[in-house]
Amino acid sequence: MLLVVASISAFTVNSSKGYKVGDEASDFKLKNIDDTMVSLADYKDAKGFIVVFTCNMCPYSKANENRLIALDKKYKKKGFPVIAINSNDSEVSKGDSFEAMKVRAKEKGFTFPYLFDEGQEVYPKYGATKTPHVFILNKKNDKLIVEYIGAIDDSSRDENNVKERFVENAVDALLKGEKPTKTDTRAIGCSIKDKRRR
Amino acid sequence: MYKAQFFLLIVLVLFSCKKMPKESTESKEVTITTLNYEQLKPLLHKKDDKTYVFNFWATWCMPCVKELPAFEKLNEKFKDKNVEVVLVSLDFLRQIESDLKPFIKEKKIQSKVLHFEDSNEQFWIRDIAENWSGSIPATLIYNAQKRKFYEQSFSYEELQNELQTFLN
Repeated sequence: MLLVVASISAFTVNSSKGYKVGDEASDFKLKNIDDTMVSLADYKDAKGFIVVFTCNMCPYSKANENRLIALDKKYKKKGFPVIAINSNDSEVSKGDSFEAMKVRAKEKGFTFPYLFDEGQEVYPKYGATKTPHVFILNKKNDKLIVEYIGAIDDSSRDENNVKERFVENAVDALLKGEKPTKTDTRAIGCSIKDKRRR
Repeated sequence: MYKAQFFLLIVLVLFSCKKMPKESTESKEVTITTLNYEQLKPLLHKKDDKTYVFNFWATWCMPCVKELPAFEKLNEKFKDKNVEVVLVSLDFLRQIESDLKPFIKEKKIQSKVLHFEDSNEQFWIRDIAENWSGSIPATLIYNAQKRKFYEQSFSYEELQNELQTFLN
């Protein structure tokens, strides 16, 4: 009983870890679907990044794939490329293997890197809990500062019903040298699959 | 030998006949009510003498489906102890007929199932629990004295232990 309570409270502490807006984000080096290794440091000219934790199987991720492509097309040339990361354990979620990621990216025509968080070390650092989960990073004196955490927009299920584009508004503000007005938004998503948490 | 087999056959036929009417009532049309947040919220804030266990799930959510038997077991074991388990499905509207109803029927879900659909996620996720990032499975346990939200999966033991802290 005590052990269980201890492990549950340990989990609660764990889940509240991760970045908050204003924190400095760390870089990573992960394998992309084209078999190259990708780090944020590779993007010398980037002003920042739209980092999104996503996956192959989750219906909320699928419902947002087109929106991610649109975001990348619009903001890559302005200096804020989309970097997608799949942190699911493919032993738990079979459809999220590296090979399956390649297939999905090709099917959808991803214009952005789709990285495999093989050791599942990146998502706990960021504090990502679900897919999709967006972290907007802004480069400042060579540091990556977290400026926004949350949803892509206000209609996660249905892109035809979007009224407020949170990520676009946040990046637009950063491009103007301003702080985003909304920095913490919520949407339902699929929990990131990690057998170590059970 | 043949006699024994025949006897067995008779028993089987009788047994299956006996079960028939029960099964047919079980497989009667599943009805699901869809609520918006205005309708759901009062159910999350009742002030009676019961303890409520609200599990947020969906048929497409693998860890949710995996933990459902724990909630079913909890419902079975505690329904006479003033505990009510409610399974709040976040399936997409178009999935109610194609996925949710067949799932409830096939798994013979005994706990109360509600379907919840409200586009104003920015409001209701935080209103249900300030610290909920939005991932499912997630569970709310509450009664008139105590309230706790869990953005995690449960085993039966973990769930029962948590519930006990509300009953003591």
